[in-house]
Amino acid sequence: MIELRNINKCFKVARRNAGFGEAVKALFKREYERIQALKDVSFTIKDGEMVGYIGPNGAGKSSTIKIMSGILTPDSGECIINGRTPWKDRIGHVREIGVVFGQRSQLWWDVPVIDSFELIKDIYKVPDKQYKSALDELVTMLDIETIVRTPARQLSLGQRMRCEIAASLLHNPKILFLDEPTIGLDAVSKIAVRNFIKTLNRERKTTVILTTHDMQDIEALTERIILIGKGQILLDGTLSELKKRNSTIKTITVEYSGEEFSLCPGASFSQRMNGHAVVLVDTKLVSVSDVIAHISAQVDILDISVSGSSAEELVVSLYKEFAI
Amino acid sequence: MKKYWSFFRIRFSNGLQYRVAAYAGISTQFAWGFMEILLFRAFYRANAAAFPMEFPQLASYIWLQQAFLALFASWTLDMDIMHSITGGNVAYELIRPMDLYNMWFTKNLAMRLSRAVLRCMPILAVAFFLPNPFKMDLPPSTLQFFFFLLSMAIGLFIVVAFAMLIYITTFYTLSPLGMRILAISLVDFLSGALVPLPFLPEPVRSVLEVLPFASMQNLPLRIYSGNISGDEMVLRIGLQLFWLAVLIFTGKLLMRKALKKVVVQGG
Repeated sequence: MIELRNINKCFKVARRNAGFGEAVKALFKREYERIQALKDVSFTIKDGEMVGYIGPNGAGKSSTIKIMSGILTPDSGECIINGRTPWKDRIGHVREIGVVFGQRSQLWWDVPVIDSFELIKDIYKVPDKQYKSALDELVTMLDIETIVRTPARQLSLGQRMRCEIAASLLHNPKILFLDEPTIGLDAVSKIAVRNFIKTLNRERKTTVILTTHDMQDIEALTERIILIGKGQILLDGTLSELKKRNSTIKTITVEYSGEEFSLCPGASFSQRMNGHAVVLVDTKLVSVSDVIAHISAQVDILDISVSGSSAEELVVSLYKEFAI
Repeated sequence: MKKYWSFFRIRFSNGLQYRVAAYAGISTQFAWGFMEILLFRAFYRANAAAFPMEFPQLASYIWLQQAFLALFASWTLDMDIMHSITGGNVAYELIRPMDLYNMWFTKNLAMRLSRAVLRCMPILAVAFFLPNPFKMDLPPSTLQFFFFLLSMAIGLFIVVAFAMLIYITTFYTLSPLGMRILAISLVDFLSGALVPLPFLPEPVRSVLEVLPFASMQNLPLRIYSGNISGDEMVLRIGLQLFWLAVLIFTGKLLMRKALKKVVVQGG
């Protein structure tokens, strides 16, 4: 159980204008600006949930993750995770969580990955038997059997990221924070990572909190999303709810043979060429199947596809809506 | 305790990999040691009675200092730690169920020991077989040797505890450079790394000898050569322990304060 209530955090950021004169001036008097990174952030996440935490760059995603993992102390507010306040009881808290920072590495650079794993085993005091079974499981699921005997410096980003994820799970944490785990990965690695996270959540009931800019991650993984912008929680709900709320317009693309056709009320053409048409359907007025039935009664449909708004578009429209 | 030991092991074996650096270090230390000894020899020829240490004692002091340079050198700071603070990788160290101070302390010990292990043997071996009076002598007695080892161990801990203060200030300054240069030049002089402390003029010397810096390499090296012995030796080892406690206490206090307001750099 993760509970955040009215978390606030300010950062002091040194700012100066470009140029040598300004640099000299900054030697004597530095101007700071206070940036409110988090403003009254509150949410609750239940055990076993998988939550996508999204927002543009600089919205406060990483700060929230850092607070929840006990690295950062907020200025005010409460955060209780499994009965503990992370920054007050850091050592007790971090024993039960796993964190993957997509842009950093926890593996020792010059030694084989397996050595880093063994160190982590000792740090978390994982019993031999439990370690062995966890390792076997992770190694097969993430397909890193041969990779773990290679020094970290010789791994590709995708290979390393899979090892990073394994490293964060050796002690079987109840909660896993993933801060941009798929950043910079190719399609194959992304899918491998996603499938793994899914299985983990389903089988081990690990609570997963995921920040990402990759909307496919969100679409593939999480039911619930929390949107943060300028340090404030803007939205908290399921992906399908959001989609429904945000767009009732569906797009039908038709390839057909035959004469031109007409549309029923609630549907309109956005494009119309010989044998090809793009139709917008307002699902509040008419259902997609009715429109399709209407079209197919008039012409021969060769190919047809229906698309809702993608998560990508959804997020862009949300950003626009909240002006962040 | 086991986790710190594992930590020590991985850092130690990591450090043993840098063999070329070790060869380079060994040759530098030979050259430096010879230069220093020849320089002092010229002074001693002028008037041996004017100096506070006997020449063979001084030779042992210099060779030991060169052999164990990696243990005591103020400038061998752990760049991993510096980078983890300035680059933000400290995030990963903070999510471990370990005390950060102890973890870094262990890391540092391992780094210094691994460097010293690679470097000390060849230097000691050659220094023992040099002709008189340049050669390194055996310690005056087994007991004296035992106290030398003890004092050297404490000295190493003091050096690391002092380095910890430099690391921790990096949390605030975010550039390790300024503090490092200041600390290194200061410590090099105050600890007797440049000129053995007995050679300094009287009022300065008595002040320096009670400072923590004298507890770093000055004391163990002088115990080995027999320059300090008996009650004075025991008293000074007590002083060493006192400074070690003070440095560790200060370090832990500063660390706790720093972590409360630490800002992990980078997104």
